[in-house]
Amino acid sequence: MDLSRLRRIDENQWEIPMREAMRVPAVIYASEALIRDMDHKVYEQAVNVATLPGIVKASYAMPDAHWGYGFPIGGVAAFDPEAGGVISAGGVGFDISCGVRCLHTGLKRPDIMKVQRDLAHELSRSVPAGVGSTGAIHLEEAEMEAMLAGGARWAVERGWGLPADLERIEEQGQMKHAQPGCASQQAKKRQRDEMGTLGSGNHYLEVQEVTALFDARIAAAYGLAQGDIAVMIHCGSRGLGHQIGTEYLKSMAISAVHYGIRLPDRELACAPINSDVGRDYLGAMRAAINCAFANRQILTHLVRKVFRRMVPQADLRLLYDVSHNTCKVEVHQERPLYVHRKGATRAFGPGHPDIPAALREAGQPVLIGGSMGTGSYILAGTRKSEALAFSSACHGAGRAMSRHQALKTWRGREVVDDLAARGVIVKSPSMRGVAEEAPEAYKDVTAVVDAADAAGLARKVARLEPLICIKG
Amino acid sequence: MALEPVAAWEHYAHEADVGVRGFGATKGEAFEQAALAMTAVVADPAVVAPRERVTIRCEAPDDELLLAEWLNAVIYEMSTRRMLFSKFSVKVKGAKLSAEAWGEPVDAERHRPAVEVKGATYTTLRVARHGDGWLAQTVVDV
Repeated sequence: MDLSRLRRIDENQWEIPMREAMRVPAVIYASEALIRDMDHKVYEQAVNVATLPGIVKASYAMPDAHWGYGFPIGGVAAFDPEAGGVISAGGVGFDISCGVRCLHTGLKRPDIMKVQRDLAHELSRSVPAGVGSTGAIHLEEAEMEAMLAGGARWAVERGWGLPADLERIEEQGQMKHAQPGCASQQAKKRQRDEMGTLGSGNHYLEVQEVTALFDARIAAAYGLAQGDIAVMIHCGSRGLGHQIGTEYLKSMAISAVHYGIRLPDRELACAPINSDVGRDYLGAMRAAINCAFANRQILTHLVRKVFRRMVPQADLRLLYDVSHNTCKVEVHQERPLYVHRKGATRAFGPGHPDIPAALREAGQPVLIGGSMGTGSYILAGTRKSEALAFSSACHGAGRAMSRHQALKTWRGREVVDDLAARGVIVKSPSMRGVAEEAPEAYKDVTAVVDAADAAGLARKVARLEPLICIKG
Repeated sequence: MALEPVAAWEHYAHEADVGVRGFGATKGEAFEQAALAMTAVVADPAVVAPRERVTIRCEAPDDELLLAEWLNAVIYEMSTRRMLFSKFSVKVKGAKLSAEAWGEPVDAERHRPAVEVKGATYTTLRVARHGDGWLAQTVVDV
C-alpha cells in the first residue's frame, strides 16, 4: 500500500482522510512493515465501506487485513439504526459466524507425544473433514428449526457436550432473536447432513502446545500454563451459512436501488436495518450463528470421545469460543450499534458484562488462528479497544499469497513431510488442499498479533504451536 | 482476420480466494466455461465422469447477477447432491438461464477434492463482449 496516501496517527494507526463520498474516515491498524505489504485493495475496500449510510466514527481494518469481497477481510464497521444505518450481508460474508474454539485438555506435552501418531489418526477418522464429507447427524425439519433457534444449547440438550460449555461461548452458546423462518428451505437442505463437519479450506482442528506466555496474570486467569496442551477448532456455519450469505447478498444487491443506497461495489450489498430485507437478514444471520455454535459444539463432542479413548486422563474443558464473521448489536457510545466484523474478532475489555464471570476481570479471550504448522495466539480484550475499533481485534494471519500461486510454489506432500520433520503431524484428505494452505502462503501471524498488541486492540497472552493438525 | 472465439477457462488470482473466468462464442458458452473453471477449483475436471445429469434453472435482473446466480446454483447442486460436474450446457435468454450439468458423486480417493466452494461473490464480477465472443468471470469464496 502506498504510504503517501495515508496519514500516520501513531506507530500502528493510519488514517485515510475523508474525501468524496466517504461519510467517515477509514482507519487501518498495522505496523509500517505490515501496511507496506498490504494489498492496495484493502485501501479501496475500507474507503468503500466508509461511504455506506449510517456508518459511525470510521471504517476500520485490522492488522491482518487483506483483499476481501466488499469489506476487506479484517474489516470492522458499526452502523446506527437511528441514522439510517445499514446491515450488510457482504459485511458478514459467506461463512457466517466462522470462529475459533479453544479447549483445555489438562494434559502436558509428554502425554501427547506418547500417542501423537495414533491420536492424529483417530481424530482424522472421527472428525468428518473435506469436500463431500457428511456428519453422523441427519436433521429433519423440526430438529433443524430447534438447532437454528437453540445453537450450542440445543446441542448440549441432545447430549453433545456439557452444560458448563455454554458459559464459555459468546452469547452463552445461543444467539437470541434468531429467526429460523428467515433461512430458506435451500439453506436448510444444504445443512441437513453437515452438522459436526469441519469443512475445508483454512478450517482445521489442531492439538497445540502452549509454548510461550506473555502475560502471567491473564494466562493464570485463563488457566493457561507453559507446556499445556490445548485443542483449537476453526470452522463456521457450513452450508447453511453459505447459502444464507448467497441469497441475501442477491436480494440486498437488488433492493439497494429501491432503498436509494448507492453501492460503490455490489458486494457491499446492504439494506437499512429498519427494513424488511434488513430484519429478515438479521434473523437468518442469527440462525446461522446458532448453526456455527452447534457445529463447533458437536465437533467438540467428537474430539472428547477420541481423547477419552486415547488419553483417558484428559479433561477437555472449554476455554472460550468466539466468532469472527458476524454482525452484532452492541452498545457503544451509549447507543445500540450494529457492529460488522468480517475476519475480525470481538475483543471486550476487562469488566464487560458479556464476558463469562470467571474471565471477566482478565478481559475476553481473543483466539487467533495462525497458518497451518506455524502457531496460534491467545490475546485478551483491552479497555482501550472500545475506543479504537468498537472492541475488535485481528482474527488470524491473513493470506499473503493467492491459492493459485501457492499451488504453483509447493506440493502438498512436501509440506506434510516438512512439517513432520518439525514434529507436526498433518492429516488431510487432500494434498492439493494442503499445498494451498502452506504456512508460507500466509502473513507472519506473530507480526500481526504484535501489531494488534502494540496498537492496544488486544493484549498478547500466550502462543501455541501445533503438534497435530487435521485439515479439511 | 478475426479469430474464432474459443471456448476456454482460466483461474485468476485473488489474495484469499480464486477468480474463475470463462470464454465462449456465446454468453451461454462463457457461463459453461466459468462453471468448469469453478469445478477446477475443487478437482481436476478431467477425472470427473459426466455420467449423471442435473437440470438447473435460474434468473436475475442483469447478466452479471445471472452469472453469480448460475454459479451459486451449481454450488448448491454440488453441495446438496455431493457431486462434481465436468460438463455443462447453458442457454441464456434475457434474464433467464436454463442449463444441464453432467457429473458424478464426489469420490475422495479418485477426485482428491482440494476445497469446497462456499459461494460465488460479486468481486470482479463481469460479463462482457470479448473479441467476437464473450467473457464471464467472478471470484469464488473457498
